[in-house]
Amino acid sequence: MITLKVNGQSHAVDADPATPLLYVLRDHLQLNGAKYGCGLGQCGACMVLVDGEPVFSCITPILVVQERAVRTLEGLGTAERPGPVQQAFIDEQAAQCGYCIPGMIVRAQALLEKNPAPTDDEIRAALNTNLCRCGTHMRILRAVRRAAQGFKASGGKS
Amino acid sequence: MVRTLKFLGVLLLGLVGPGLVAQQSPTQAQQPVTRSAADPEVVAKGAALAAIGNCNTCHTAEGGKTLAGGRPLTTPFGTVYSTNLTPDPDTGIGRWSLSEFRRAMHEGIGRDGRELYPAFPYDHYTHVTNEDLGAIFAYLTSREALRTGIPENRMIVPRPFVAVWKSLYFKPGTLPQDPTHDAQWNRGRYLAEGLAHCGACHTPRNALGAEEADRALAGGRIEGWSAPALNAQSPAPRPWSADDLTTYLRTGFDAQHGVAAGAMAAVTQNLATVPEADVRAIAVYVVSQMPASRAADSGGASGTSQPGSAPFAEDAVPDSLAATATPGDGAAIYKSACAGCHERALRGLPLALSTSVTDTTSANLIRITFDGVAPREGSAGGIMPGFAGALTNRQMTALAGYLRSEVGHAPPWSDVEREIAKAREETKAKKAS
Repeated sequence: MITLKVNGQSHAVDADPATPLLYVLRDHLQLNGAKYGCGLGQCGACMVLVDGEPVFSCITPILVVQERAVRTLEGLGTAERPGPVQQAFIDEQAAQCGYCIPGMIVRAQALLEKNPAPTDDEIRAALNTNLCRCGTHMRILRAVRRAAQGFKASGGKS
Repeated sequence: MVRTLKFLGVLLLGLVGPGLVAQQSPTQAQQPVTRSAADPEVVAKGAALAAIGNCNTCHTAEGGKTLAGGRPLTTPFGTVYSTNLTPDPDTGIGRWSLSEFRRAMHEGIGRDGRELYPAFPYDHYTHVTNEDLGAIFAYLTSREALRTGIPENRMIVPRPFVAVWKSLYFKPGTLPQDPTHDAQWNRGRYLAEGLAHCGACHTPRNALGAEEADRALAGGRIEGWSAPALNAQSPAPRPWSADDLTTYLRTGFDAQHGVAAGAMAAVTQNLATVPEADVRAIAVYVVSQMPASRAADSGGASGTSQPGSAPFAEDAVPDSLAATATPGDGAAIYKSACAGCHERALRGLPLALSTSVTDTTSANLIRITFDGVAPREGSAGGIMPGFAGALTNRQMTALAGYLRSEVGHAPPWSDVEREIAKAREETKAKKAS
């Protein structure tokens, strides 16, 4: 059994230590926010936070994250009470198909927690490795800018 | 102590130096030079030579216009900002004459007669022929003039000290042909030792920042990365051939050695635009400095296994881990996080071929593991996701230790913790800037 701390809760998981974190989140813990995109750590749809750092969960074995703080999209807010970054993405209607958006939100969360007032260049640099194929990039950028405002207002709490 | 004494000695020399060394004369023309349109063939040749010289890497600021300068170069002696090489009359080289350009490249003296800091590698450019300098000058002055403001240098060493430094370490003049080698080798040497200034990164530097003449190409450091030895001490697990090195230099990747990372990535992007014959000549020369085979090398970094030949049996790495695997177990981290690509899928480089595992320092292995590898924006190339967030320092230490001993068959590194801390610090600084 491997113990994972996800969104503040401990879970004992019966899985091979080599299993990618993404599989365990989705298949064992029914946390389906993080998406399987490329499976190679190249698209960012699977992004979660580990000790506050953005991590590709599809290539991260649970071996290395046990006992560390994992936060997923579900940890940033609920449908009823979205976090400031989630709310900003809703307000800007930043999703088209929406598949990349959990990764975008998680990456933006990581950025804003370190840098609550990023410049456009900093936002672009942070999101550079998260791919969107629908082309809602301009809305995503607006959402992150808006989130920075909401983030400030809420003191960074999600 | 020896270093301190040497440094003090040079400081003293420096105090009397400016009196002894005649100030070089500034040149007269204040008006922009009117230039007749250069021969397009000469300009094209100059462009290729400038690419071999890697001018644009230092003379372009992050996100700035090509060759318009302003990139900070951090040295142990302060920060020097690269200059604007476009033909703008006020902020670039628009008022420069060819002979002033030659003097800068050959002697390290600016248009105003001031000493130039040797961050500008005139210790190599001094070998470049007048004809080639003419072509480079024609290329530079044919480009669009861009007006830029370059920040003031923040150097702790005043310029007149450079004259003293030069008297100690700078050997101006062209390289004589070596009749014991053929024309291709001599061409390669001319380019590698001159314009390409390989030694600027790949040769270790002394306490005063000069290349150690008796340790040419013995390996150096650049921007946190290791520039591995290119001489007999080359740590490459599989010896380089001229073919392999030509491919690597022109594409940034070779299947027997891996990907060009760090400062080398920009070098290979430039060399991709250069006539193949010149790149091959450089490769022939550099490979001639390396051991042809490591077979005679007993022990050391090469170990006893045959490098590259079936480094792992297919079943040597299980797809699953024992339930008892611990998060601090380097072998388990490798098997679960790295082996998937590096042993099976996607032509990931078998790490038994990777110089970053057998190098004298863990710097490159740690930087690549943390930050991954990405091709230049908009171009194809090797790619690897970074694991900076996924791995703790302890896990990175364990992984590096495992790779070093079990894959590299080399004695443990003593610098792993230090390099991890440096890499983390650099990432933080990059994000903050």
